[in-house]
Amino acid sequence: MTRRRRSRTVALAVGATLIGTLILAPSAFANFITPKTGGSPNADQIDALYKIILYIAAVVFVIVEGALAYSVYKFRAKKNPVAAQIHGNTRLEIGWTVAAALILVVLTVVTFVKLPSIINAPNSDADGLVLSASTTEPNPPSGHKYVICVQGRQYIWRYTYGAGCVNSAFADKLPYSYTTMYVPAHTTVVLKIQSTDVIHSWWIPSLGGKVDAVPGYTTYTWFKTAKTNARYRGQCAQLCGVNHAAMIAFVQTLTPANFQSWLKYQENAINTANDQVSQLRQVLTSSGNLGNS
Amino acid sequence: MSTTDHALRPAPQIIAHEVTRPRETKKWVDWVTTTDHKKIGIMYMILTFVFFILGGIEALLMRVQLSVPNNTLVTPEKYNQLLTLHGTTMIFLFVVPVMAGFGNYFLPLMIGARDMAFPRLNALSFWLLLFGGIVFYATIFFQPPEAGWWSYPPLSSALYSPSGGQDAWIFLIHITGISSLVGAINFYATIVNMRAPGMSWGRLPLFVWSILVYAILLIIALPVVAAAVTMLLTDRHFGTHFFDPTNHGSPVLWQHLFWFFGHPEVYIMILPGFGMISEIIPVFSRKPIFGYKAIAAATAVIAFLAVLVWGHHLFASPIPVVVLGFFMLSSFLIGVPTGVKIFNWIATLWRGSLVMTTSLYFAIGFIAIFTIGGITGIFLAVFPVDWQLNDTYFVVAHFHYVLMGGAVFTVFAGIYYWFPKITGRMLNERLGKTSFWVMFIGFNVTFFVMHALGLSGMPRRIYTYQPGLGWSTYNLISTIGSFILGFGILLTIINVVRSLKHGAIAGPDPWKGNTLEWFTTSPPPVNNFDTIPRVRSVEPMRDIRRQVERETGVRQKTGGSEQFARV
Repeated sequence: MTRRRRSRTVALAVGATLIGTLILAPSAFANFITPKTGGSPNADQIDALYKIILYIAAVVFVIVEGALAYSVYKFRAKKNPVAAQIHGNTRLEIGWTVAAALILVVLTVVTFVKLPSIINAPNSDADGLVLSASTTEPNPPSGHKYVICVQGRQYIWRYTYGAGCVNSAFADKLPYSYTTMYVPAHTTVVLKIQSTDVIHSWWIPSLGGKVDAVPGYTTYTWFKTAKTNARYRGQCAQLCGVNHAAMIAFVQTLTPANFQSWLKYQENAINTANDQVSQLRQVLTSSGNLGNS
Repeated sequence: MSTTDHALRPAPQIIAHEVTRPRETKKWVDWVTTTDHKKIGIMYMILTFVFFILGGIEALLMRVQLSVPNNTLVTPEKYNQLLTLHGTTMIFLFVVPVMAGFGNYFLPLMIGARDMAFPRLNALSFWLLLFGGIVFYATIFFQPPEAGWWSYPPLSSALYSPSGGQDAWIFLIHITGISSLVGAINFYATIVNMRAPGMSWGRLPLFVWSILVYAILLIIALPVVAAAVTMLLTDRHFGTHFFDPTNHGSPVLWQHLFWFFGHPEVYIMILPGFGMISEIIPVFSRKPIFGYKAIAAATAVIAFLAVLVWGHHLFASPIPVVVLGFFMLSSFLIGVPTGVKIFNWIATLWRGSLVMTTSLYFAIGFIAIFTIGGITGIFLAVFPVDWQLNDTYFVVAHFHYVLMGGAVFTVFAGIYYWFPKITGRMLNERLGKTSFWVMFIGFNVTFFVMHALGLSGMPRRIYTYQPGLGWSTYNLISTIGSFILGFGILLTIINVVRSLKHGAIAGPDPWKGNTLEWFTTSPPPVNNFDTIPRVRSVEPMRDIRRQVERETGVRQKTGGSEQFARV
């Protein structure tokens, strides 16, 4: 009697601990059971898909754990001294196998219905080409996209701005920045992701899923932000060495006009610095202070 | 219901006598030179538990480091070493070999054999495991590996991980791999050839089924990782470029090869645990297992599908979307036989007469925990959702629910179930139940909040984080939970050590078991059985008890818990 009461008390304690854990964690409660959203449509769509799975999962969880808890509660030897000698029930077993399979069929259909909105850059029509998020460059048919190259390197992110960033970044003197990426809002931004050393993973949770930066490969993703002057945080998600934790990235959205002027400013700053360096090099070389064999 | 009563109940007829040999050697020489499957099994279990404790200490160090933001207790380099040691230890030096330990001890007993098919090979497996562990742990005196347990190149290449620690990791995979491989061949040969008369495939205990499938999966998966780490070794030292992107190699090739091994490895780790649960639940429900054939078939189907799902570890890698779709569907499919097993276990409990022993507590705790891990696995199988969850603490939570549930809780259920057979003494039930509740609560406090951490954007394998990201509270809760969990594990260790000397005498069959290991004395003699009985069902011991009843007229109770109080 006391034993049973004690185990019930313990069961209550478990429940209380779990609920307490939920209540005592007020920070970022919105992200407690769902992924981050609000930055870009692909992140929102992933969240919508996640929630559908979550609802189905919650039902499965309650049924399975409920059946388990009920049988432990109801069929203890004290309450049920004689066990029913059942070896199986083919119909029941086929039934729950089919039921499990049906749930997965539903999930498959939902996933493939949602998929285009996650991997296709916006503006593409329903009958448009289904593009991979990872191996093919997303391309909205309207062509209104802005291309930024993301380069992962131990332990910093480098961004080169402009369509020629993969092949002709030097020739075109394209502007670049580190750590913080500046992007125009309301614009489909396509990222070409590369790595110069080890594998990194590009991930800004509010702006969609992660994409690995694998040396030797170019991978792609896109996002389209609605808010101006918003700042989104993310960090490298693939162990890349000692300072993996320090490889943080920010995405700063600007109005398209402000973005243009930032780009000009950055371009000038880089060109001025480059000119100064080459002038300095010239002076040092001609004065014989720079070893020039 | 005090534990001393267990020993006094009438046992069915025992036909086993100790074969004694005049002692010529010292005791430790006996252990070192032994080819007895039971001694090797015990050495396996003790050794793997040492590694389990080491891996646990590494985990606690990581949790302490992460308990508050911007912590400087552990340097980033040390942290990467800790996570590599923890993962590698738990997988290669604890879970896989501890299952081999249980298999070694109980498989021959359960099929009515006198030893494994190749006793010397069996000893070789154990000693290779020990040497593999020594090679690996010796690095803590030099420079431990830092590239994580899956060691993705180029990070694990000579350029980015020049230290010998990475090579020690490669040799650990090779040596423990050979250990597991010869062990697997041994299990396979034993099960196929040495079953008791009458033990057809349809009467094979489910634990033995799971060890059979475990062995087959090891034989399929291990050569692949052996090839992969050899390629990594030659890349590092002999100028090949298999994984070197600057010389037309591909880091993605490693990912495919490694996970072609790595995912079957997950099932290698949990299937024997499933087998233990399929033995323990019917015994303590006083009921036959529900759907024997379905569980055995599900085990085989899981093994088949296990080699087709590796791609779900690569959802963020450069792979075409149609391939991602394939791996999503195959990962979904493997959920079906796994779900079937869970339903069958619950159906076995249903309308049973549950004898609430510690072993059953752990078995039920396993089902509760594993169900959560299985459900979160479905989230991760949906590749667009995985793009958000991959490489975050959500994944860490998921695989601890699956593996700590599927391996640690099952192994603990196995310890409480079989300790009387191994030592002849009972574990303390009250301490065991306390240990269970502390572990169960600690486990959920530690790992449940990790789902939230991942969803709020915390990646895995970072040594610290900044305040104000919404991660601090969860991390602190998780760290507190990890110490509760550690304390719960410590209670069982204390229980084991104490009961070795002070436990109640168990007698041959304290639980009224179903399988043949309960037919012999506890601990069993060197030759296991004098006479091997003819097996007529999946539950030969039930048949034997019934036969004894018929012959002696003494009723062998198989009812509820009242039998524990009965003399």
